[in-house]
Amino acid sequence: MIDNKNAKNYWKQNVKYVLILLSIWFLVSYGAGILFKDQLDTIQIGGFKLGFWFAQQGSMYVFVILIFVYVRLMNKLDKKYGYDT
Amino acid sequence: MDMIHKFLLIEPLGIQTWTYLLVGLSFALYIGIAIWSRATSTTEFYVAGGGVSPLANGMATAADWMSAASFISMAGIISFAGYDGAVYLMGWTGGYVLLALLLAPYLRKFGKFTVPDFIGDRYYSKTARMVAVFCALIVSFTYVAGQMRGVGIVFSRFLEVDINTGVIIGMLIVLFYAVLGGMKGITYTQVAQYCVLIFAFMVPAIFISIQMTGNPIPQLGFGSELADGSGTYLLDKLDGLSTQLGFTEYTKGSKSTIDVFAITLALMVGTAGLPHVIVRFFTVKRVKDARKSAGIALLLIVLLYSTAPAVAVFARTNMIETVSDQYYSEVPQWFKKWETTGLIVFTDKNNDGRIQYLADPSLNELLIDNDIMVLANPEIARLPNWVIALVAAGGLAAALSTAAGLLLVISSSISHDLIKKIIKPSISENGELIAARFSAVGAVCIAGYFGINPPGFVAAVVALAFGLAAASFFPAIILGIFYKRMNREGAVAGMVVGVTAMLLYMIKYKLGWFDEVLPDKSEWWFGISPEGFGSIAMILNFMVSLLIMKFTKVPPQDVQDMVERIRIPSGVEDVADH
Repeated sequence: MIDNKNAKNYWKQNVKYVLILLSIWFLVSYGAGILFKDQLDTIQIGGFKLGFWFAQQGSMYVFVILIFVYVRLMNKLDKKYGYDT
Repeated sequence: MDMIHKFLLIEPLGIQTWTYLLVGLSFALYIGIAIWSRATSTTEFYVAGGGVSPLANGMATAADWMSAASFISMAGIISFAGYDGAVYLMGWTGGYVLLALLLAPYLRKFGKFTVPDFIGDRYYSKTARMVAVFCALIVSFTYVAGQMRGVGIVFSRFLEVDINTGVIIGMLIVLFYAVLGGMKGITYTQVAQYCVLIFAFMVPAIFISIQMTGNPIPQLGFGSELADGSGTYLLDKLDGLSTQLGFTEYTKGSKSTIDVFAITLALMVGTAGLPHVIVRFFTVKRVKDARKSAGIALLLIVLLYSTAPAVAVFARTNMIETVSDQYYSEVPQWFKKWETTGLIVFTDKNNDGRIQYLADPSLNELLIDNDIMVLANPEIARLPNWVIALVAAGGLAAALSTAAGLLLVISSSISHDLIKKIIKPSISENGELIAARFSAVGAVCIAGYFGINPPGFVAAVVALAFGLAAASFFPAIILGIFYKRMNREGAVAGMVVGVTAMLLYMIKYKLGWFDEVLPDKSEWWFGISPEGFGSIAMILNFMVSLLIMKFTKVPPQDVQDMVERIRIPSGVEDVADH
């Protein structure tokens, strides 16, 4: 019923995408917004200290972008493996 | 711009009339939608027939998610917490990345009605299902009690009725469209409610941003220079004002790094584990729609969430400048008005007739409630009456949409997970639909009771809802999808241990029921607050699940096959009766 090898490869690629995107998710929020906030705060862009900006603005924008990137990547992957029906 | 501004400032109607008008119109709209989209089958009642478009589902999810707390309280909390407010901003948005990448697509492919459905089937166990139902009920009830209270508060402040009358009006409205329309009715009213609430939140924010910085985009405005020509950045000015009054710098915050980390993680994971959010992804047609609608939902949520910290900065600066060190006899009218509600309290400790607003509690003379920042903000900034009325309609939309979504989870947990799946499997489709409607009525009554007699620990239980969701569902669902070997014994043990740990920590360090007095912060484990403990409880759940699994039997072959199937997006069956 399910082509086993095809399904395995598809799943592997999916997990790889997820891991990469979640690393970025972690870096912008927990990294830039929390752990390295003080270091980044020494850089100021306009009225924003950079660490503060990541915590209260930047990380949220990146989150939205990450989901839409995932949507695109997966739509392509679905097509490639014939799972888009 | 000036012309438009003048036009909008014309005041043919008072605040009260505007409020009745806007709230009345929005309610008529919700009821109209409910009548138009009545549910006629269990599939429509539980998951809106499974054919909602990604855009509509995204809007509904956003409205479902953004509660009275997001709309009314969040900006206020941030304006007092400064940088620390980021835990809510990141915590309540970052969870959607987890949802979109780790949960939503697979749960949609699984294609049943509720979260306990998944837990029960994946872990081939009635015990697992019962544990999940129990968690879903606690999480949803704690959450919905806060919403009904929110409805009551908004009604009482803007329509000048008693809070309890407000709760009852709110109950009747929600009852009407949740019972009649089920998920289908709720979905389409939530779409309308999103539009109302986002408009109501953005309009005052844009007005104030223009006033203070000349920039119409609040997200940029709060990082701009002040419009007074001084060349000072708004945030630098606020940092300066804060230090002068003895507070920590606004952009610094006062929580420890580890606690900020833990709370953010607990809120993110909790968000991804909340049943009323997860269940929204059962309503779209295909797996790819589930991913896409998670993206749309987050985009629409971030529109409000990225504006909130700007509103926080505007409101705090405005507030300090208007009242700090001013003569009490000369304060503006809004100050007196909100004083009568008890949300602003002034005690002239040194009898100099001036308002000292200071960090030091022994010298501070002014107490300001969080909620003031959004509710009174338009008045503080002297915006026109219709904007003030709009905030009332927006606050009600936010509270009602979330309450309705939660009530649906409660009623489907009872009619589907308990009655159909455990107590009386032979029940007919019609019987189940009637049971669902009766449970919705019951749930509204209980929620209303808590709204009228709120337990003294509302704030604690809302944090608990996130902690419990993080400690129970999240690990069980993730392992269920990504680890084929995970079995019944591991998952049940993990959920029980996670939830128990969370409850005990909360009772000891938040409610203080174990000791004579509430234990001091210094006794927290690793310096982590009860709000952040959900992340530790989640890790405990993962560890216990994996450990117990090692020593117990592998799951049966048909369950392993099911896991293989949900990993592949094609061949989604319509949500069928089962």
